[in-house]
Amino acid sequence: MAKEYPTKITATDFSMYYGQKQALHNISITVPERRVTAFIGPSGCGKSTFLRSMNRMNDLIDGTRHEGGMVIDDVDVYDPTVDVSTLRRKIGMVFQKSVPFPKSIFENITYGLTLLDRRSKSDLEQVVEESLQRAALWNEVKDRLHHSALGLSGGQQQRLCIARAVAVNPEILLMDEPCSALDPISTGKVEELITELKDTYTIVLVTHNMQQAARVSDYTGFFLMGHLIEFDRTRTLFTSPAKKETEDYITGRFG
Amino acid sequence: MHPFKKIKRHPFEPVAEWSIRLIASFSIILIFLIFLFVFREAAGLFTPDAPAGPSQQAPSSESTSSSPQQESYGEDLQQESYGGDLQQESYGEDLQQESYGDDLQQESYGEDLQQESYGGDVAEGEHVLYVPRNPNYPEIYNSETGMLPADIDEIPGEQAPAVVEKAPGGLLDNLLGDTWQPVSEQPKFGVWPLVIGTLKTTLIAIALGAPLGILAALYTAFFARRRVREIVKPAIELLAGFPSVVIGFFCLVTVASFLQETFGMEYRLNAIVGGIGLSLAVIPIVYSIAEDALNAVPKTLREASLALGSTEWQTAYRVMLPAAAPGVIAAVILGIGRAFGETMIAIMATGNAPMESWNILTPARTFAATIGSEMGEVVWGSEHYGILFLLGTVLFVVSFGLNALTELYVKKRLIKKFQGH
Repeated sequence: MAKEYPTKITATDFSMYYGQKQALHNISITVPERRVTAFIGPSGCGKSTFLRSMNRMNDLIDGTRHEGGMVIDDVDVYDPTVDVSTLRRKIGMVFQKSVPFPKSIFENITYGLTLLDRRSKSDLEQVVEESLQRAALWNEVKDRLHHSALGLSGGQQQRLCIARAVAVNPEILLMDEPCSALDPISTGKVEELITELKDTYTIVLVTHNMQQAARVSDYTGFFLMGHLIEFDRTRTLFTSPAKKETEDYITGRFG
Repeated sequence: MHPFKKIKRHPFEPVAEWSIRLIASFSIILIFLIFLFVFREAAGLFTPDAPAGPSQQAPSSESTSSSPQQESYGEDLQQESYGGDLQQESYGEDLQQESYGDDLQQESYGEDLQQESYGGDVAEGEHVLYVPRNPNYPEIYNSETGMLPADIDEIPGEQAPAVVEKAPGGLLDNLLGDTWQPVSEQPKFGVWPLVIGTLKTTLIAIALGAPLGILAALYTAFFARRRVREIVKPAIELLAGFPSVVIGFFCLVTVASFLQETFGMEYRLNAIVGGIGLSLAVIPIVYSIAEDALNAVPKTLREASLALGSTEWQTAYRVMLPAAAPGVIAAVILGIGRAFGETMIAIMATGNAPMESWNILTPARTFAATIGSEMGEVVWGSEHYGILFLLGTVLFVVSFGLNALTELYVKKRLIKKFQGH
């Protein structure tokens, strides 16, 4: 799979446990670089857990442990020498619920940048404009950069979060159901954005919405009960799935 | 019959509802009554013919008494150590005037008040002179000086003047004076030493307690492992319910000696020791409120920050603390309120001497400690009594104001912060 594109993320026999409960069962997958890879599946199937394993967000949950390898650019992210902050800096993440910091729009964008070192104001202003333009938000907020980000609408907030993730210049963008709390128009804007961003970033998208996966992704993986059932080009998976479970799910027979 | 007809409720429901209303209104009214009572007692000072001494006030307050002796000398004097007959012997009924009232009062307090009210002055180098022992007053023996309380008398040239002049100036001048010496021939009610003492100890307490409380809250909210948090959190919150007299005793005995031995302080009990003691009362309050505020910040905010590559500390300091700012500010303000109003620790650990000095190495006396230590022995209805209640009113107003400030300011900030402009 994904032969035409270089590989960005490789998971081999990756398992994840919450305490005694095994959430992921021996998942092996290769995520291609600069493409959109979507994970679909019913709730609780482990797709979000797998996504969060990539930037080690599962470390925050007490009692998790993993087995197997998760390699990004030839480095196992669970290697003890890996600095988690640096890793996460390289892997941006957008969450299901938009979570702007209770700060101004400007400060929201520059937050990730100012974590490491001081930057000049003009430098920051440039990054803010670039990021907001990439997130297709610049025209809407350019006059109120120093107002609270909480005054934005839900769709704007989600695009702000994307702009914030983009601002630190990551290589991978993980999106955990980024549109599930948005109305159709905002969803359309975010999807448009994903299509534009895939030229620059490797995007991994978790979604409940099969149409969304079909619309924006190049590759799709189907998760069920912590197993990766099938992973293929989106077109192939949706038109002629190899496994019966996949077919049942995408034709709406369960889930 | 329409379908939304009233259903018969269980008879207990209206009863419960009404008793909740009744008890709630009762407790609310009670709070206001407390304030009114405190203020009413203080208000006596400001009426035109304010009672100046005990002897004017006494007969009225003792009107139900049957004994003629008691009627003439009044309840307050009667209660004191000398008893009625002694006074009768010394001063006679006809002499009982305002002027003697103060005098008597001073004598009758004996050893305890002498120590309290002159303690500061002695420390400042003024002299209190003692006359030789008077065998007519066989009362409590002072083991330190080898004297009886009756031995103690002031003789700065004017030996027991027949008519004591009132302090120059009005009550306001007296209140704004720089000496707190409520029990003397010319009672001085200068509140500046008390104001300074209160500010000194409160500021020290909050300067120590607020950062410690907030840092402890940050630690348990974000850094500690769950096992540690489950032990530390209840332990600190338990300290909030700790009897303040125990904290006071601990400071009086342990902290004071330790600090004096370590830093060689001139005064063993001073504002620093008091401030440390008060901070022990402040920390749990700041901690538990700040911790709740930090925990109330959505967890997703923390994840978002960490996902951007920030460390735990950067997340805590730059995202979580600002997001919880209203609650943390509320915690600090309530901590100030606690330090301001705390009585027992202030009495035990500060040295409790009303000195007008900003030096934090000298003893201090707070408003609350003044009321706590003098109210038990004050002459009912006297000027001193009224002024103590005035201090109480100030305490009440400041505490109330601090709480109101927290409520209003914090609510406003919260809305602004979490809902945008």
